[in-house]
Amino acid sequence: MTDQLIISIFVFVLALFVGVEIIRKVPQTLHTPLMSGSNAISGVTVVGALAIIVITRDSTSTFSHILAALAIFFATINVVGGFLVTDRMLKMFKRRN
Amino acid sequence: MITFLHQLESNCSLAVAPGAIAIMRDLTYLVASILFILGIKRLASPRTARAGNGLAALGMLLAIIATLAGAGSSALIWAFSAMGLGAIVGVFLAVRVQMTQMPQMVALFNGFGGIASAIVAAAEWIKITSFEGPRDQSALALVGIASLIGCATLTGSIVAAGKLHGSISGKPIPIPAGLFVNIALVAVAVALIVALPVTGGALWALILVILIASALGVTLTIPIGGADMPVMVSLLNSYSGLAASAAGFLIFNKALIVAGAIVGASGLILTAIMCKAMNRSLANVLFAGVGTADSSGTAGTTAEDRIVKRADPDDVAIMLEASQRVIIAPGYGLAVAQAQHAVRELADALTKRGVNVAYAIHPVAGRMPGHMNVLLAEADVPYDELLDLDQANPEFDRTDAVLVIGANDVVNPAARTDTASPIYGMPILDVDKARTVFVLKRSLGAGYAGVQNELFFADNTLMVFGDAKKTITAITAALAEL
Repeated sequence: MTDQLIISIFVFVLALFVGVEIIRKVPQTLHTPLMSGSNAISGVTVVGALAIIVITRDSTSTFSHILAALAIFFATINVVGGFLVTDRMLKMFKRRN
Repeated sequence: MITFLHQLESNCSLAVAPGAIAIMRDLTYLVASILFILGIKRLASPRTARAGNGLAALGMLLAIIATLAGAGSSALIWAFSAMGLGAIVGVFLAVRVQMTQMPQMVALFNGFGGIASAIVAAAEWIKITSFEGPRDQSALALVGIASLIGCATLTGSIVAAGKLHGSISGKPIPIPAGLFVNIALVAVAVALIVALPVTGGALWALILVILIASALGVTLTIPIGGADMPVMVSLLNSYSGLAASAAGFLIFNKALIVAGAIVGASGLILTAIMCKAMNRSLANVLFAGVGTADSSGTAGTTAEDRIVKRADPDDVAIMLEASQRVIIAPGYGLAVAQAQHAVRELADALTKRGVNVAYAIHPVAGRMPGHMNVLLAEADVPYDELLDLDQANPEFDRTDAVLVIGANDVVNPAARTDTASPIYGMPILDVDKARTVFVLKRSLGAGYAGVQNELFFADNTLMVFGDAKKTITAITAALAEL
Protein backbone atom coordinates (compact mmCIF):
# COMPACT_ATOMS: atom_id res chain seq x y z
CA MET A 1 0.00 0.00 0.00
CA THR A 2 2.83 2.44 0.80
CA ASP A 3 4.18 2.31 -2.77
CA GLN A 4 0.69 2.80 -4.11
CA LEU A 5 0.14 5.69 -1.74
CA ILE A 6 3.34 7.42 -2.87
CA ILE A 7 2.46 6.95 -6.55
CA SER A 8 -1.05 8.25 -5.84
CA ILE A 9 0.29 11.35 -4.11
CA PHE A 10 2.64 11.99 -7.05
CA VAL A 11 -0.17 11.68 -9.57
CA PHE A 12 -2.49 13.82 -7.44
CA VAL A 13 -0.05 16.68 -6.90
CA LEU A 14 1.07 16.79 -10.54
CA ALA A 15 -2.54 16.72 -11.71
CA LEU A 16 -3.32 19.63 -9.35
CA PHE A 17 -0.61 21.68 -11.07
CA VAL A 18 -1.89 20.77 -14.53
CA GLY A 19 -5.40 21.68 -13.38
CA VAL A 20 -4.35 25.09 -12.10
CA GLU A 21 -2.49 25.86 -15.36
CA ILE A 22 -5.33 24.93 -17.72
CA ILE A 23 -8.15 26.36 -15.65
CA ARG A 24 -6.48 29.76 -15.26
CA LYS A 25 -6.82 30.15 -19.02
CA VAL A 26 -10.60 29.70 -19.01
CA PRO A 27 -12.22 33.13 -19.49
CA GLN A 28 -14.90 34.45 -17.14
CA THR A 29 -17.51 34.06 -19.87
CA LEU A 30 -17.14 30.28 -19.67
CA HIS A 31 -16.92 29.85 -15.91
CA THR A 32 -20.40 28.37 -15.57
CA PRO A 33 -19.83 25.75 -18.31
CA LEU A 34 -16.43 25.11 -16.72
CA MET A 35 -18.14 24.32 -13.43
CA SER A 36 -20.81 22.08 -14.89
CA GLY A 37 -18.27 20.40 -17.18
CA SER A 38 -15.73 19.78 -14.43
CA ASN A 39 -18.66 18.61 -12.33
CA ALA A 40 -19.35 15.97 -14.96
CA ILE A 41 -15.68 14.99 -14.88
CA SER A 42 -15.84 14.57 -11.09
CA GLY A 43 -18.52 11.95 -11.82
CA VAL A 44 -15.51 9.79 -12.75
CA THR A 45 -16.30 8.08 -9.44
CA VAL A 46 -18.61 5.99 -11.63
CA VAL A 47 -15.45 4.24 -12.83
CA GLY A 48 -14.43 3.45 -9.25
CA ALA A 49 -17.87 2.09 -8.43
CA LEU A 50 -17.91 0.00 -11.62
CA ALA A 51 -14.50 -1.39 -10.72
CA ILE A 52 -15.88 -2.59 -7.37
CA ILE A 53 -18.71 -4.47 -9.09
CA VAL A 54 -16.40 -5.95 -11.73
CA ILE A 55 -13.71 -7.06 -9.31
CA THR A 56 -15.94 -8.48 -6.56
CA ARG A 57 -16.92 -11.62 -8.40
CA ASP A 58 -19.65 -14.18 -7.67
CA SER A 59 -21.60 -12.12 -5.19
CA THR A 60 -18.93 -12.27 -2.47
CA SER A 61 -21.03 -9.60 -0.92
CA THR A 62 -24.43 -8.63 -2.23
CA PHE A 63 -24.39 -5.63 0.08
CA SER A 64 -21.27 -4.14 -1.50
CA HIS A 65 -22.88 -4.76 -4.92
CA ILE A 66 -25.92 -2.78 -3.83
CA LEU A 67 -23.71 0.01 -2.50
CA ALA A 68 -21.66 0.12 -5.69
CA ALA A 69 -24.83 0.17 -7.81
CA LEU A 70 -26.07 3.13 -5.76
CA ALA A 71 -22.77 4.94 -6.31
CA ILE A 72 -22.97 4.17 -10.05
CA PHE A 73 -26.49 5.60 -10.14
CA PHE A 74 -25.54 8.91 -8.49
CA ALA A 75 -22.28 9.30 -10.38
CA THR A 76 -24.00 8.61 -13.72
CA ILE A 77 -26.52 11.38 -13.04
CA ASN A 78 -23.52 13.60 -12.49
CA VAL A 79 -21.73 12.47 -15.67
CA VAL A 80 -24.65 12.37 -18.10
CA GLY A 81 -26.46 15.41 -16.70
CA GLY A 82 -23.22 17.39 -16.39
CA PHE A 83 -21.91 16.85 -19.91
CA LEU A 84 -25.36 17.32 -21.44
CA VAL A 85 -26.18 20.57 -19.69
CA THR A 86 -22.69 21.90 -20.46
CA ASP A 87 -23.26 21.16 -24.13
CA ARG A 88 -26.64 22.87 -23.93
CA MET A 89 -25.00 26.00 -22.57
CA LEU A 90 -22.02 26.03 -24.91
CA LYS A 91 -24.36 25.75 -27.92
CA MET A 92 -25.77 29.16 -26.95
CA PHE A 93 -22.44 31.00 -27.13
CA LYS A 94 -22.29 32.64 -30.53
CA ARG A 95 -20.14 35.30 -32.16
CA ARG A 96 -21.59 38.44 -33.67
CA ASN A 97 -23.27 37.13 -36.85
CA MET B 1 -21.38 -7.21 -26.42
CA ILE B 2 -22.05 -9.31 -23.39
CA THR B 3 -20.98 -12.51 -25.12
CA PHE B 4 -17.83 -10.78 -26.26
CA LEU B 5 -17.09 -9.77 -22.69
CA HIS B 6 -17.84 -13.31 -21.60
CA GLN B 7 -15.22 -14.46 -24.02
CA LEU B 8 -12.81 -11.98 -22.51
CA GLU B 9 -13.68 -13.20 -19.07
CA SER B 10 -13.06 -16.83 -19.91
CA ASN B 11 -9.78 -15.78 -21.48
CA CYS B 12 -8.92 -14.22 -18.19
CA SER B 13 -8.56 -17.61 -16.66
CA LEU B 14 -5.39 -17.99 -18.73
CA ALA B 15 -2.34 -16.98 -16.76
CA VAL B 16 -1.26 -13.93 -18.83
CA ALA B 17 -4.61 -12.39 -19.72
CA PRO B 18 -5.64 -10.73 -16.43
CA GLY B 19 -2.42 -8.75 -16.35
CA ALA B 20 -2.88 -7.74 -19.98
CA ILE B 21 -6.41 -6.53 -19.31
CA ALA B 22 -5.23 -4.57 -16.28
CA ILE B 23 -2.51 -2.91 -18.35
CA MET B 24 -4.95 -2.05 -21.14
CA ARG B 25 -7.32 -0.66 -18.53
CA ASP B 26 -4.66 1.53 -16.96
CA LEU B 27 -3.52 2.79 -20.36
CA THR B 28 -7.10 3.62 -21.27
CA TYR B 29 -7.35 5.58 -18.00
CA LEU B 30 -4.29 7.51 -19.14
CA VAL B 31 -6.00 8.29 -22.46
CA ALA B 32 -9.13 9.32 -20.56
CA SER B 33 -7.11 11.63 -18.28
CA ILE B 34 -5.46 13.23 -21.32
CA LEU B 35 -8.87 13.76 -22.89
CA PHE B 36 -10.13 15.44 -19.70
CA ILE B 37 -7.15 17.80 -19.78
CA LEU B 38 -7.47 18.55 -23.50
CA GLY B 39 -11.20 19.04 -23.04
CA ILE B 40 -10.78 21.68 -20.34
CA LYS B 41 -7.96 23.28 -22.35
CA ARG B 42 -10.45 23.91 -25.11
CA LEU B 43 -12.66 25.82 -22.71
CA ALA B 44 -10.13 28.63 -23.12
CA SER B 45 -12.24 29.96 -26.00
CA PRO B 46 -15.98 29.81 -26.71
CA ARG B 47 -15.13 28.71 -30.27
CA THR B 48 -13.51 25.44 -29.18
CA ALA B 49 -15.36 24.91 -25.90
CA ARG B 50 -18.14 22.69 -27.21
CA ALA B 51 -15.67 20.33 -28.86
CA GLY B 52 -13.70 20.32 -25.61
CA ASN B 53 -16.73 19.21 -23.61
CA GLY B 54 -17.21 16.44 -26.17
CA LEU B 55 -13.59 15.31 -25.72
CA ALA B 56 -14.01 15.10 -21.95
CA ALA B 57 -17.23 13.10 -22.41
CA LEU B 58 -15.41 10.74 -24.79
CA GLY B 59 -12.69 10.28 -22.17
CA MET B 60 -15.36 9.30 -19.64
CA LEU B 61 -16.93 6.83 -22.06
CA LEU B 62 -13.56 5.18 -22.73
CA ALA B 63 -12.81 4.91 -19.02
CA ILE B 64 -16.20 3.26 -18.41
CA ILE B 65 -15.73 0.77 -21.26
CA ALA B 66 -12.21 -0.09 -20.10
CA THR B 67 -13.50 -0.76 -16.58
CA LEU B 68 -16.24 -3.06 -17.82
CA ALA B 69 -13.92 -5.08 -20.05
CA GLY B 70 -13.65 -8.57 -18.63
CA ALA B 71 -16.67 -8.21 -16.35
CA GLY B 72 -18.96 -11.15 -15.69
CA SER B 73 -22.54 -11.03 -16.91
CA SER B 74 -24.05 -10.49 -13.47
CA ALA B 75 -21.70 -7.56 -12.91
CA LEU B 76 -22.73 -6.14 -16.27
CA ILE B 77 -26.41 -6.41 -15.41
CA TRP B 78 -25.82 -4.53 -12.15
CA ALA B 79 -23.68 -1.94 -13.91
CA PHE B 80 -25.97 -1.27 -16.84
CA SER B 81 -29.14 -1.10 -14.73
CA ALA B 82 -27.57 1.45 -12.38
CA MET B 83 -26.04 3.46 -15.22
CA GLY B 84 -29.28 3.32 -17.20
CA LEU B 85 -31.33 4.70 -14.32
CA GLY B 86 -28.73 7.38 -13.59
CA ALA B 87 -28.59 8.37 -17.26
CA ILE B 88 -32.38 8.76 -17.41
CA VAL B 89 -32.38 11.05 -14.36
CA GLY B 90 -29.35 12.94 -15.71
CA VAL B 91 -30.91 13.55 -19.13
CA PHE B 92 -34.20 14.59 -17.54
CA LEU B 93 -32.50 17.16 -15.29
CA ALA B 94 -30.16 18.48 -17.99
CA VAL B 95 -32.90 19.00 -20.56
CA ARG B 96 -35.42 20.54 -18.19
CA VAL B 97 -33.31 22.93 -16.14
CA GLN B 98 -33.67 26.64 -16.86
CA MET B 99 -30.53 28.72 -17.17
CA THR B 100 -31.50 30.79 -14.13
CA GLN B 101 -31.62 27.52 -12.13
CA MET B 102 -28.14 26.47 -13.19
CA PRO B 103 -26.48 27.30 -9.83
CA GLN B 104 -28.75 25.02 -7.81
CA MET B 105 -28.40 22.26 -10.37
CA VAL B 106 -24.62 22.41 -10.33
CA ALA B 107 -24.81 22.42 -6.52
CA LEU B 108 -27.02 19.33 -6.57
CA PHE B 109 -24.72 17.53 -9.03
CA ASN B 110 -21.77 18.32 -6.76
CA GLY B 111 -23.67 16.56 -4.00
CA PHE B 112 -24.29 13.48 -6.16
CA GLY B 113 -20.57 13.30 -6.96
CA GLY B 114 -19.77 13.55 -3.26
CA ILE B 115 -22.18 10.85 -2.14
CA ALA B 116 -21.00 8.51 -4.91
CA SER B 117 -17.44 8.79 -3.60
CA ALA B 118 -18.58 8.21 -0.02
CA ILE B 119 -20.51 5.11 -1.08
CA VAL B 120 -17.47 3.76 -2.92
CA ALA B 121 -15.56 4.20 0.34
CA ALA B 122 -18.23 2.28 2.26
CA ALA B 123 -18.14 -0.57 -0.28
CA GLU B 124 -14.36 -0.69 0.08
CA TRP B 125 -14.74 -0.78 3.85
CA ILE B 126 -16.85 -3.94 3.49
CA LYS B 127 -14.17 -5.49 1.32
CA ILE B 128 -11.33 -4.57 3.65
CA THR B 129 -13.06 -5.68 6.85
CA SER B 130 -14.26 -8.99 5.39
CA PHE B 131 -10.61 -9.84 4.83
CA GLU B 132 -9.18 -12.26 7.38
CA GLY B 133 -5.82 -11.35 8.85
CA PRO B 134 -4.03 -7.99 9.08
CA ARG B 135 -6.07 -5.18 7.53
CA ASP B 136 -4.69 -2.45 5.34
CA GLN B 137 -4.16 0.51 7.69
CA SER B 138 -3.76 3.34 5.20
CA ALA B 139 -6.74 2.05 3.20
CA LEU B 140 -8.90 2.26 6.32
CA ALA B 141 -7.78 5.83 6.94
CA LEU B 142 -8.59 6.64 3.31
CA VAL B 143 -12.08 5.16 3.79
CA GLY B 144 -12.53 7.75 6.53
CA ILE B 145 -11.19 10.64 4.43
CA ALA B 146 -13.32 9.78 1.40
CA SER B 147 -16.42 9.39 3.60
CA LEU B 148 -15.73 12.71 5.32
CA ILE B 149 -15.32 14.75 2.13
CA GLY B 150 -18.07 12.90 0.27
CA CYS B 151 -20.76 13.20 2.95
CA ALA B 152 -19.92 16.83 3.77
CA THR B 153 -20.16 17.60 0.04
CA LEU B 154 -23.57 15.93 -0.12
CA THR B 155 -25.26 17.73 2.76
CA GLY B 156 -23.50 21.02 2.00
CA SER B 157 -24.66 20.84 -1.60
CA ILE B 158 -28.24 20.07 -0.58
CA VAL B 159 -28.31 23.13 1.70
CA ALA B 160 -26.70 25.30 -1.00
CA ALA B 161 -29.10 24.05 -3.67
CA GLY B 162 -32.04 24.65 -1.32
CA LYS B 163 -30.91 28.21 -0.61
CA LEU B 164 -30.36 28.96 -4.28
CA HIS B 165 -33.71 27.45 -5.21
CA GLY B 166 -35.47 29.36 -2.45
CA SER B 167 -36.73 26.27 -0.61
CA ILE B 168 -34.44 27.26 2.30
CA SER B 169 -34.20 30.92 3.33
CA GLY B 170 -31.43 32.65 1.40
CA LYS B 171 -30.65 34.72 4.47
CA PRO B 172 -27.59 33.74 6.46
CA ILE B 173 -28.68 31.60 9.41
CA PRO B 174 -25.98 32.12 12.03
CA ILE B 175 -24.94 29.17 14.16
CA PRO B 176 -24.05 30.12 17.74
CA ALA B 177 -20.26 29.88 18.10
CA GLY B 178 -20.18 28.67 14.50
CA LEU B 179 -16.43 28.76 14.12
CA PHE B 180 -15.96 26.74 17.30
CA VAL B 181 -18.62 24.21 16.25
CA ASN B 182 -16.95 23.70 12.86
CA ILE B 183 -13.48 23.35 14.33
CA ALA B 184 -14.78 20.88 16.92
CA LEU B 185 -16.54 18.81 14.23
CA VAL B 186 -13.40 18.72 12.08
CA ALA B 187 -11.27 17.73 15.09
CA VAL B 188 -13.60 14.87 16.01
CA ALA B 189 -13.69 13.74 12.37
CA VAL B 190 -9.89 13.68 12.22
CA ALA B 191 -9.75 11.68 15.46
CA LEU B 192 -12.20 9.17 14.00
CA ILE B 193 -10.19 8.88 10.79
CA VAL B 194 -7.23 7.95 12.98
CA ALA B 195 -9.44 5.58 14.97
CA LEU B 196 -10.48 3.68 11.83
CA PRO B 197 -7.10 2.01 11.16
CA VAL B 198 -6.32 1.73 14.89
CA THR B 199 -9.52 -0.23 15.57
CA GLY B 200 -9.06 -2.32 12.44
CA GLY B 201 -12.00 -0.55 10.77
CA ALA B 202 -14.64 -0.44 13.50
CA LEU B 203 -18.15 0.07 12.15
CA TRP B 204 -19.00 2.65 14.83
CA ALA B 205 -16.07 4.80 13.75
CA LEU B 206 -17.21 4.76 10.13
CA ILE B 207 -20.80 5.59 11.08
CA LEU B 208 -19.63 8.45 13.29
CA VAL B 209 -17.46 9.84 10.48
CA ILE B 210 -20.50 9.77 8.18
CA LEU B 211 -22.73 11.49 10.75
CA ILE B 212 -20.20 14.16 11.65
CA ALA B 213 -19.35 14.84 8.00
CA SER B 214 -23.05 15.23 7.22
CA ALA B 215 -23.43 17.68 10.09
CA LEU B 216 -20.33 19.58 8.99
CA GLY B 217 -21.74 20.05 5.48
CA VAL B 218 -24.77 21.76 7.01
CA THR B 219 -22.92 23.90 9.56
CA LEU B 220 -20.54 25.15 6.87
CA THR B 221 -23.25 26.23 4.43
CA ILE B 222 -26.26 27.30 6.49
CA PRO B 223 -24.66 30.52 7.85
CA ILE B 224 -23.84 31.73 4.33
CA GLY B 225 -26.04 34.36 2.72
CA GLY B 226 -27.51 34.22 -0.77
CA ALA B 227 -25.09 36.83 -2.11
CA ASP B 228 -22.11 34.72 -1.06
CA MET B 229 -23.45 31.55 -2.65
CA PRO B 230 -21.19 31.85 -5.73
CA VAL B 231 -18.27 31.23 -3.37
CA MET B 232 -19.98 28.31 -1.71
CA VAL B 233 -20.94 26.63 -4.99
CA SER B 234 -17.36 26.98 -6.23
CA LEU B 235 -16.04 25.51 -3.01
CA LEU B 236 -18.45 22.57 -3.14
CA ASN B 237 -17.34 22.01 -6.75
CA SER B 238 -13.83 21.68 -5.43
CA TYR B 239 -14.93 19.29 -2.64
CA SER B 240 -16.68 16.99 -5.12
CA GLY B 241 -13.41 16.73 -7.05
CA LEU B 242 -11.40 16.06 -3.90
CA ALA B 243 -13.93 13.40 -2.88
CA ALA B 244 -13.37 11.64 -6.21
CA SER B 245 -9.61 11.87 -5.70
CA ALA B 246 -9.89 10.42 -2.19
CA ALA B 247 -11.88 7.49 -3.57
CA GLY B 248 -9.17 7.13 -6.24
CA PHE B 249 -6.45 6.94 -3.57
CA LEU B 250 -8.48 4.29 -1.80
CA ILE B 251 -9.00 1.95 -4.74
CA PHE B 252 -5.73 3.03 -6.44
CA ASN B 253 -7.49 4.24 -9.57
CA LYS B 254 -5.44 6.88 -11.37
CA ALA B 255 -8.33 8.11 -13.51
CA LEU B 256 -10.18 9.12 -10.34
CA ILE B 257 -7.10 10.74 -8.82
CA VAL B 258 -6.30 12.83 -11.91
CA ALA B 259 -9.87 13.87 -12.71
CA GLY B 260 -10.59 14.62 -9.06
CA ALA B 261 -7.44 16.73 -8.70
CA ILE B 262 -8.29 18.80 -11.78
CA VAL B 263 -11.84 19.43 -10.57
CA GLY B 264 -10.52 20.22 -7.11
CA ALA B 265 -8.12 22.77 -8.60
CA SER B 266 -10.87 24.23 -10.75
CA GLY B 267 -13.19 24.77 -7.79
CA LEU B 268 -10.40 26.33 -5.73
CA ILE B 269 -9.45 28.77 -8.50
CA LEU B 270 -13.08 29.81 -8.99
CA THR B 271 -13.45 30.22 -5.22
CA ALA B 272 -10.40 32.49 -5.17
CA ILE B 273 -11.74 34.53 -8.12
CA MET B 274 -15.11 34.99 -6.41
CA CYS B 275 -13.50 36.01 -3.10
CA LYS B 276 -11.28 38.51 -4.89
CA ALA B 277 -14.28 39.95 -6.72
CA MET B 278 -15.93 40.63 -3.37
CA ASN B 279 -12.69 41.69 -1.66
CA ARG B 280 -13.29 39.12 1.06
CA SER B 281 -11.17 36.35 2.44
CA LEU B 282 -12.55 32.84 2.28
CA ALA B 283 -12.67 32.72 6.09
CA ASN B 284 -14.70 35.93 6.09
CA VAL B 285 -17.21 34.52 3.59
CA LEU B 286 -17.53 31.25 5.51
CA PHE B 287 -17.88 32.63 9.02
CA ALA B 288 -18.76 36.33 8.99
CA GLY B 289 -22.36 35.98 7.82
CA VAL B 290 -22.41 39.20 5.75
CA GLY B 291 -25.53 39.66 3.67
CA THR B 292 -27.81 40.54 6.55
CA ALA B 293 -29.21 43.85 5.37
CA ASP B 294 -28.43 45.77 8.54
CA SER B 295 -28.02 49.04 6.60
CA SER B 296 -24.97 49.98 8.64
CA GLY B 297 -23.60 51.68 5.54
CA THR B 298 -22.47 55.26 5.03
CA ALA B 299 -23.30 57.28 8.08
CA GLY B 300 -26.53 59.15 8.51
CA THR B 301 -27.62 59.49 4.90
CA THR B 302 -31.01 58.01 4.24
CA ALA B 303 -32.30 57.91 0.72
CA GLU B 304 -35.42 59.93 1.50
CA ASP B 305 -33.83 63.30 2.19
CA ARG B 306 -31.54 63.26 -0.83
CA ILE B 307 -32.32 64.40 -4.31
CA VAL B 308 -31.93 62.17 -7.31
CA LYS B 309 -32.40 63.10 -10.95
CA ARG B 310 -34.99 61.10 -12.79
CA ALA B 311 -35.49 60.24 -16.42
CA ASP B 312 -38.31 58.50 -18.24
CA PRO B 313 -37.88 55.97 -21.07
CA ASP B 314 -38.37 58.66 -23.75
CA ASP B 315 -35.48 60.73 -22.39
CA VAL B 316 -33.30 57.62 -22.25
CA ALA B 317 -34.12 56.74 -25.86
CA ILE B 318 -33.18 60.23 -27.09
CA MET B 319 -29.88 60.23 -25.21
CA LEU B 320 -28.99 56.69 -26.25
CA GLU B 321 -29.64 57.48 -29.89
CA ALA B 322 -27.27 60.44 -29.69
CA SER B 323 -24.53 58.23 -28.21
CA GLN B 324 -21.65 56.58 -29.99
CA ARG B 325 -20.80 54.05 -27.37
CA VAL B 326 -23.18 52.49 -24.84
CA ILE B 327 -22.29 49.92 -22.18
CA ILE B 328 -24.87 47.83 -20.38
CA ALA B 329 -23.99 46.77 -16.82
CA PRO B 330 -26.36 43.97 -15.79
CA GLY B 331 -26.85 42.55 -12.32
CA TYR B 332 -28.88 39.61 -11.13
CA GLY B 333 -31.96 41.89 -10.99
CA LEU B 334 -31.96 41.66 -14.78
CA ALA B 335 -32.43 37.91 -14.63
CA VAL B 336 -35.03 38.21 -11.87
CA ALA B 337 -37.03 40.55 -14.13
CA GLN B 338 -36.51 38.10 -17.04
CA ALA B 339 -35.35 41.08 -19.07
CA GLN B 340 -32.44 39.47 -20.99
CA HIS B 341 -34.30 39.26 -24.29
CA ALA B 342 -35.70 42.79 -23.93
CA VAL B 343 -32.14 44.07 -23.36
CA ARG B 344 -30.84 42.29 -26.42
CA GLU B 345 -33.65 43.78 -28.54
CA LEU B 346 -32.74 47.25 -27.29
CA ALA B 347 -29.07 46.58 -28.08
CA ASP B 348 -30.04 45.38 -31.58
CA ALA B 349 -32.08 48.52 -32.19
CA LEU B 350 -29.16 50.70 -31.06
CA THR B 351 -26.64 48.78 -33.15
CA LYS B 352 -28.86 49.26 -36.19
CA ARG B 353 -28.61 53.02 -35.60
CA GLY B 354 -24.83 52.88 -35.56
CA VAL B 355 -24.40 52.88 -31.77
CA ASN B 356 -21.63 50.65 -30.47
CA VAL B 357 -23.04 48.46 -27.66
CA ALA B 358 -21.16 46.23 -25.21
CA TYR B 359 -21.92 44.56 -21.87
CA ALA B 360 -19.80 44.89 -18.74
CA ILE B 361 -20.08 41.81 -16.53
CA HIS B 362 -18.87 41.84 -12.95
CA PRO B 363 -17.62 38.43 -11.72
CA VAL B 364 -20.38 38.27 -9.09
CA ALA B 365 -23.15 39.60 -11.37
CA GLY B 366 -24.93 36.24 -11.26
CA ARG B 367 -25.49 33.49 -8.72
CA MET B 368 -22.44 31.48 -9.74
CA PRO B 369 -19.22 32.25 -11.62
CA GLY B 370 -20.01 33.21 -15.23
CA HIS B 371 -23.76 32.90 -14.67
CA MET B 372 -24.68 36.26 -16.21
CA ASN B 373 -22.71 35.42 -19.35
CA VAL B 374 -24.77 32.26 -19.83
CA LEU B 375 -28.02 34.13 -19.23
CA LEU B 376 -27.08 36.70 -21.87
CA ALA B 377 -25.84 34.04 -24.30
CA GLU B 378 -29.23 32.39 -23.93
CA ALA B 379 -30.80 35.66 -25.09
CA ASP B 380 -28.55 35.52 -28.19
CA VAL B 381 -26.14 38.21 -27.01
CA PRO B 382 -22.88 37.53 -28.91
CA TYR B 383 -20.08 36.58 -26.54
CA ASP B 384 -17.63 39.04 -28.07
CA GLU B 385 -19.81 41.87 -26.74
CA LEU B 386 -19.35 40.64 -23.16
CA LEU B 387 -16.53 42.47 -21.35
CA ASP B 388 -15.14 41.34 -18.02
CA LEU B 389 -14.09 43.74 -15.26
CA ASP B 390 -10.57 44.35 -16.57
CA GLN B 391 -11.75 44.84 -20.15
CA ALA B 392 -14.65 47.11 -19.23
CA ASN B 393 -13.11 49.55 -16.76
CA PRO B 394 -10.73 51.31 -19.19
CA GLU B 395 -13.71 51.80 -21.53
CA PHE B 396 -16.01 53.80 -19.29
CA ASP B 397 -14.42 57.24 -19.67
CA ARG B 398 -14.81 56.80 -23.42
CA THR B 399 -18.44 55.78 -23.03
CA ASP B 400 -21.36 58.14 -23.64
CA ALA B 401 -23.99 56.25 -21.72
CA VAL B 402 -24.13 53.32 -19.32
CA LEU B 403 -27.31 51.41 -18.54
CA VAL B 404 -27.13 49.85 -15.08
CA ILE B 405 -29.83 47.19 -14.94
CA GLY B 406 -30.54 45.39 -11.68
CA ALA B 407 -27.00 45.87 -10.38
CA ASN B 408 -26.15 47.74 -7.21
CA ASP B 409 -23.12 46.95 -5.04
CA VAL B 410 -20.93 46.08 -8.03
CA VAL B 411 -21.27 49.66 -9.37
CA ASN B 412 -21.07 51.49 -6.03
CA PRO B 413 -18.20 54.03 -6.18
CA ALA B 414 -18.00 53.92 -2.37
CA ALA B 415 -15.93 50.77 -2.90
CA ARG B 416 -13.20 53.06 -4.28
CA THR B 417 -13.56 56.08 -2.04
CA ASP B 418 -15.32 55.43 1.27
CA THR B 419 -12.98 53.61 3.66
CA ALA B 420 -15.86 53.27 6.15
CA SER B 421 -18.02 51.36 3.71
CA PRO B 422 -18.32 47.60 4.22
CA ILE B 423 -17.69 47.10 0.51
CA TYR B 424 -14.56 49.33 0.48
CA GLY B 425 -11.83 47.80 -1.65
CA MET B 426 -14.13 45.55 -3.64
CA PRO B 427 -13.33 45.80 -7.36
CA ILE B 428 -16.27 47.48 -9.08
CA LEU B 429 -17.35 48.50 -12.56
CA ASP B 430 -16.41 52.19 -12.79
CA VAL B 431 -19.67 53.13 -14.52
CA ASP B 432 -19.65 56.57 -12.85
CA LYS B 433 -16.79 57.55 -15.17
CA ALA B 434 -19.08 57.45 -18.20
CA ARG B 435 -20.66 60.70 -19.42
CA THR B 436 -24.17 59.66 -18.40
CA VAL B 437 -25.33 56.77 -16.23
CA PHE B 438 -28.89 55.48 -16.35
CA VAL B 439 -29.81 53.32 -13.38
CA LEU B 440 -32.84 51.12 -13.97
CA LYS B 441 -34.22 50.14 -10.59
CA ARG B 442 -37.46 49.55 -8.77
CA SER B 443 -36.65 51.87 -5.86
CA LEU B 444 -33.75 53.45 -4.01
CA GLY B 445 -33.29 50.34 -1.85
CA ALA B 446 -29.87 49.28 -0.66
CA GLY B 447 -27.96 46.39 -2.24
CA TYR B 448 -27.16 42.97 -0.82
CA ALA B 449 -24.42 44.37 1.37
CA GLY B 450 -27.01 46.71 2.90
CA VAL B 451 -25.12 49.76 1.69
CA GLN B 452 -26.67 52.87 0.14
CA ASN B 453 -25.28 53.57 -3.31
CA GLU B 454 -23.64 56.97 -3.89
CA LEU B 455 -23.92 56.41 -7.61
CA PHE B 456 -27.66 57.15 -7.47
CA PHE B 457 -26.99 60.70 -6.24
CA ALA B 458 -24.14 61.53 -8.62
CA ASP B 459 -24.44 64.50 -10.99
CA ASN B 460 -24.18 62.38 -14.11
CA THR B 461 -26.66 59.74 -12.92
CA LEU B 462 -30.29 59.59 -13.98
CA MET B 463 -32.61 57.17 -12.21
CA VAL B 464 -35.25 55.35 -14.23
CA PHE B 465 -37.66 53.79 -11.75
CA GLY B 466 -39.85 50.80 -12.52
CA ASP B 467 -39.77 47.17 -13.59
CA ALA B 468 -36.61 46.60 -15.64
CA LYS B 469 -38.30 44.65 -18.41
CA LYS B 470 -41.10 47.20 -18.88
CA THR B 471 -38.65 50.10 -18.81
CA ILE B 472 -36.38 48.52 -21.41
CA THR B 473 -39.28 47.63 -23.70
CA ALA B 474 -40.52 51.23 -23.37
CA ILE B 475 -37.06 52.58 -24.30
CA THR B 476 -36.93 50.34 -27.37
CA ALA B 477 -40.43 51.47 -28.38
CA ALA B 478 -39.50 55.14 -27.89
CA LEU B 479 -36.38 54.58 -29.98
CA ALA B 480 -38.46 53.21 -32.85
CA GLU B 481 -40.53 56.41 -32.91
CA LEU B 482 -37.56 58.77 -33.11
